[in-house]
Amino acid sequence: MSKTKFGEYGGQYVPESLMQPLKDLEQAYEKAKNDDAFKEEYNYYIKEYVGGPSPLYYAKNFTKHLGGAKIYLKREDLNHTGAHKINNVLGQLLLAKRMGKKKIIAETGAGQHGVATATGAALFGMKCTVFMGTEDMERQQLNVFKMEMLGATVRPALSGTKTLKDATNEAIREWVRTVEDTFYVIGSVVGPHPYPTMVRDFQRIIGDETKKAILEKEGRLPDMIIACVGGGSNAAGMFYSFLEEKEVKLIGVEAAGLGLDTPLHAATFAKGKKGIIHGMKTYLIQDNDGNIYPVYSISAGLDYPGVGPEHSYLFDTKRANYVSVTDKEAIKALYLLSQKEGIIPALESAHAVAYAMKIVPKMGKDKIVVINISGRGDKDMHTISNLKKDDGEN
Amino acid sequence: MNRITKVFDNLKKEGKTAFIGYITSGDPTIKRTEDLVYALQEGGADIIELGIPYSDPLADGKVIQSAALRAFENEIKVDDIFKCVQNIRVKTEVPLLFLVYYNTIFSMGNEVFSKKCKKVGIDGLIVPDLPLEERDELKKFTDEDNICLIPLVAPTSKSRVKDIAKNSKGFIYCVSSMGVTGTRDSFNDNIVEYLQEIKKQTDLPIAIGFGIRDKKTVDFFSKHVDGVIVGSAIVQVVKKTNGDVKKVKEFVKELSGK
Repeated sequence: MSKTKFGEYGGQYVPESLMQPLKDLEQAYEKAKNDDAFKEEYNYYIKEYVGGPSPLYYAKNFTKHLGGAKIYLKREDLNHTGAHKINNVLGQLLLAKRMGKKKIIAETGAGQHGVATATGAALFGMKCTVFMGTEDMERQQLNVFKMEMLGATVRPALSGTKTLKDATNEAIREWVRTVEDTFYVIGSVVGPHPYPTMVRDFQRIIGDETKKAILEKEGRLPDMIIACVGGGSNAAGMFYSFLEEKEVKLIGVEAAGLGLDTPLHAATFAKGKKGIIHGMKTYLIQDNDGNIYPVYSISAGLDYPGVGPEHSYLFDTKRANYVSVTDKEAIKALYLLSQKEGIIPALESAHAVAYAMKIVPKMGKDKIVVINISGRGDKDMHTISNLKKDDGEN
Repeated sequence: MNRITKVFDNLKKEGKTAFIGYITSGDPTIKRTEDLVYALQEGGADIIELGIPYSDPLADGKVIQSAALRAFENEIKVDDIFKCVQNIRVKTEVPLLFLVYYNTIFSMGNEVFSKKCKKVGIDGLIVPDLPLEERDELKKFTDEDNICLIPLVAPTSKSRVKDIAKNSKGFIYCVSSMGVTGTRDSFNDNIVEYLQEIKKQTDLPIAIGFGIRDKKTVDFFSKHVDGVIVGSAIVQVVKKTNGDVKKVKEFVKELSGK
């Protein structure tokens, strides 16, 4: 396997202007990765600033309610800024600092990665610009406000469909112009090499912590791990630590939106084919001419037409299975977990919970399932409250 | 011999620089695209680049992005563009290149796309998101079909230029400065050194593009390169005149001085 690819996926499908800078980045990252001082600094911030390691919580009530396998929740929702995103942002910003780059750009969809990047930039005294589609700015005004409060500039992305994919295009275009003094903080396991690998490495702390905690609590590995997949960073970080342990089933949950029989979904593996987006080869939802049109999910974090290239590889090799759940199922799961455990998951994570609701009752009581609660639901209250009450409650 | 190579050879003998003009296919309509190609040629374009509209054009600035959106408003399909080229090829031998993003090619299939290009008479492909490290998967087919896969070099390429130029044919597309397509107010002071550095590393003709918009700039670069590429500036005139063939021709004539 080439170093830049996972099987045939990934690579560096970017303008030539970015190739040398990507090589410089790769080199700097390899050096940092093998440097104990870098690891120490990263771990310091994860512990003291993010509040890690996040708990692996035994969801007793939820387990009892579903009446099957024992359920543990990996509580990334308890992290500072409310999701797993900060793990990656801190890693990349510490790298930017080592490379002497003081200007930071990022893309954001719903604003979670943008807020995390703005937070890290404030912490390290960096100048931060976040690209966000105008459609998303309208829908997520609170996050725009937050980013500005943290001292970041939010640049409206007006091109194309004015959502995450276009914000990413704009960020890449800006990076091509400013690459010599600017670090681009990508928010998921996507983009050209080395990003998918680097982001996964910064997120593998999720899987490493889970493994350690479950061995402490149960003395054995779980039978199944469930995580939601948009670009796929929380799932990639969680799965990576378990790839060699074939007895652990890995399940990625995509957004089926209004249903796979409608055009309104973001289920890349169910409905996409191989293609190129944002510098990588991967599965992609596209038309017959290869054009990429907006996808849909109630959860802005899953609303992405592509998927990280490592997931495409895990999909083809069947090391992980990918399933999808609809908006409705996710909302139902969000209500149920809130009411049984007092934990309101993000709509993204609620997709993983929804799949657990389908599979866990069919599993024996001696089985163990871990669900990655990648983020908390605060950001989604506005979306949920706009829905009719009878749509969600069971 | 490929038409592109022939044109550069002939111009070199005459001591002239190639003028390469770009328009986006389907802007304002695919029917007009055919007439605009003739207009460019009559205006003095030695080589013509046809953009294939794409939903996510990473290397393009606002002007060419909006040209693609205008083409999409008429529901342009890639097959319409191939048909258009087929019609053009009956009437002219001017070298034609596609400026095309890799997913357009990949989704059709690299081999199929290359064969179609050969069939309709496309001479070269410029694929802005297919750098050296990834190009072999397409190049094996374009080489077979005698289509030039035009390599791009950028100010950050430096020691990469030699490898990029190796095994290439047609010409080297030198990106004038960092950033996307579209006009710039000025160029870096080191631009002549940058071009000379590239010349040292290859025997292929070199052409400069990105941000060249007026006669003065064309003339300046003509002294240092074998070809000058103008895109956004022409597309801007196409937009303003809604594809007026006469006005576009006049504009190109003024720039090319031919």
